[in-house]
Formats: sequence, C-alpha cells, structure tokens
Amino acid sequence: MRQVEFSRREFFALGAGAATVAILGGVNGARAATATEDAINAFTGGAAPAEGKVELGAPEIAENGNTVPIEISVESPMTDDDYVESVLILADGNPNPGVATFHFTPMSGEAVASTRIRLASTQNVVAVAKMKDGSFFMAKREVKVTIGGCGG
Amino acid sequence: MAKVKPRVKVPKKAAVGDVVTIKTLISHPMESGQRKDRKTGELIPRQIINSFTAEFNGQKFFSADIDPAVSANPYLQFSLKVPEAGEVKFSWVDDDGSVYEASKKIAIG
Repeated sequence: MRQVEFSRREFFALGAGAATVAILGGVNGARAATATEDAINAFTGGAAPAEGKVELGAPEIAENGNTVPIEISVESPMTDDDYVESVLILADGNPNPGVATFHFTPMSGEAVASTRIRLASTQNVVAVAKMKDGSFFMAKREVKVTIGGCGG
Repeated sequence: MAKVKPRVKVPKKAAVGDVVTIKTLISHPMESGQRKDRKTGELIPRQIINSFTAEFNGQKFFSADIDPAVSANPYLQFSLKVPEAGEVKFSWVDDDGSVYEASKKIAIG
C-alpha cells in the first residue's frame, strides 16, 4: 500500500482551501438568514414574534424537494374580535425565502391550511402568524431534503 | 400554454355553523423564473399563479399570496364555517393576468 504524504507546501495549500470553503459557506448561510429576517420584519413591522400558538406540520425528511407537503394551524377562537389575520410562510434556504401568505377571516372557522412547496435543499421552514390584536407568533421546523426542488 | 384546469372539492351538504374542509388544485406549471433552458442556457421567464381567493356568497373568507416556492399544480386546503346555504367561488390569478374561476354550492341539511 502506498502511503499518502503531503509536503509542507501542499499541506498548507489544502488547509487554506478548506478555510476558504468554510468562510464562503458561512457568508452564504448568513445572507439567507438575513433575507428571512428581513421578510419577517417586513411582515411584523419590526416586532419580534413570540413562540407558540402556531403549529407547522412538515415531513422530517422530504425525498423530493419539488413537492413537500406542509400544514399550518394556529390556535385561535376565530371570533370577530379575536382571530388570525394572516400567516406568512418562509423557507430560509431557497433563492427567495418567500413561499406564501395565507389570509384568514372569522368565517374561516379555524386557522388551518395546507399546501405543497418547493425546497431547494435541507433548510428551515418558518411560519409567522399575525393576530387581530397585532401580536405575532411563530414556529420553525427543519426539513431534510434528499433531492432539491429548484432548477434541474 | 398548457390548459389550466381548476379542481375543487367542497362538501355538498353541511349544517349551519359546521366547519368544513375545502380542497383545491389547479393544473399549472408554476414556472419559478429560476430555471434555465437546457439548450440556450437562458432563464425561462417566471409565470406562476400569484394569488388565490375564496368567497362565500360574495364575502371573502380565505385568500393566499403565492410565491414561486409553491409547487407546480398548486394545492390548497383550508376551512369554511358555513353560515347558511350558498355558493363558494374560487379564483386564481396568473402572472399573465388571466383569472381562472370555479364555484360549488353548499346546501344546508
């Protein structure tokens, strides 16, 4: 068996390459997170959403990122004075984080909706609910994607 | 463009005050604007259904703003608290300005 040996120069070159990849990866991740935060801020007007009330159903592992079923449900009596106005859905690893916004009324009876979405890669899906009284709640869930749903 | 065909599932009968589940599906490619043509390498322009509205007897009870991240043949499931007998009307708006419509009646019983 042949021993793999690196010269001192090769060793440093490899190290530098790995470091560059790590930095680029970090920058990319940060950019996506910022776009998602911007989208949340635009929706809430800068208010920080609280945890709870929102349930986000999604598969833990999605084999095909082209069509991932998701379901949102928000705890609310859905009366004229107290109901869920809208729910913003974001995917923080897609080229654009926006997925959809659902608008409800007391006539909806319950703040429950489902759809199918595209996910480019393994990432977090975020749902932010806006209540009639102006408060915000959110839920986040990671979905692992085997085959991405963009391009191809 | 391929023929766009909406399909909706609404219960035929309900009691007053019942919360019923409504399912809708519309055949549409939902071209995201991110894909490239394999031959020319040029971006295929975006063309999606960008919004959806559901009305009961003329009153809007559910709507959605849709981004390209919604899958082809967009499927939506939501609820309606039935106040009386009437008709549910659905409309989908395409990026090219077309509006696709469907409707279903709900009887009380």
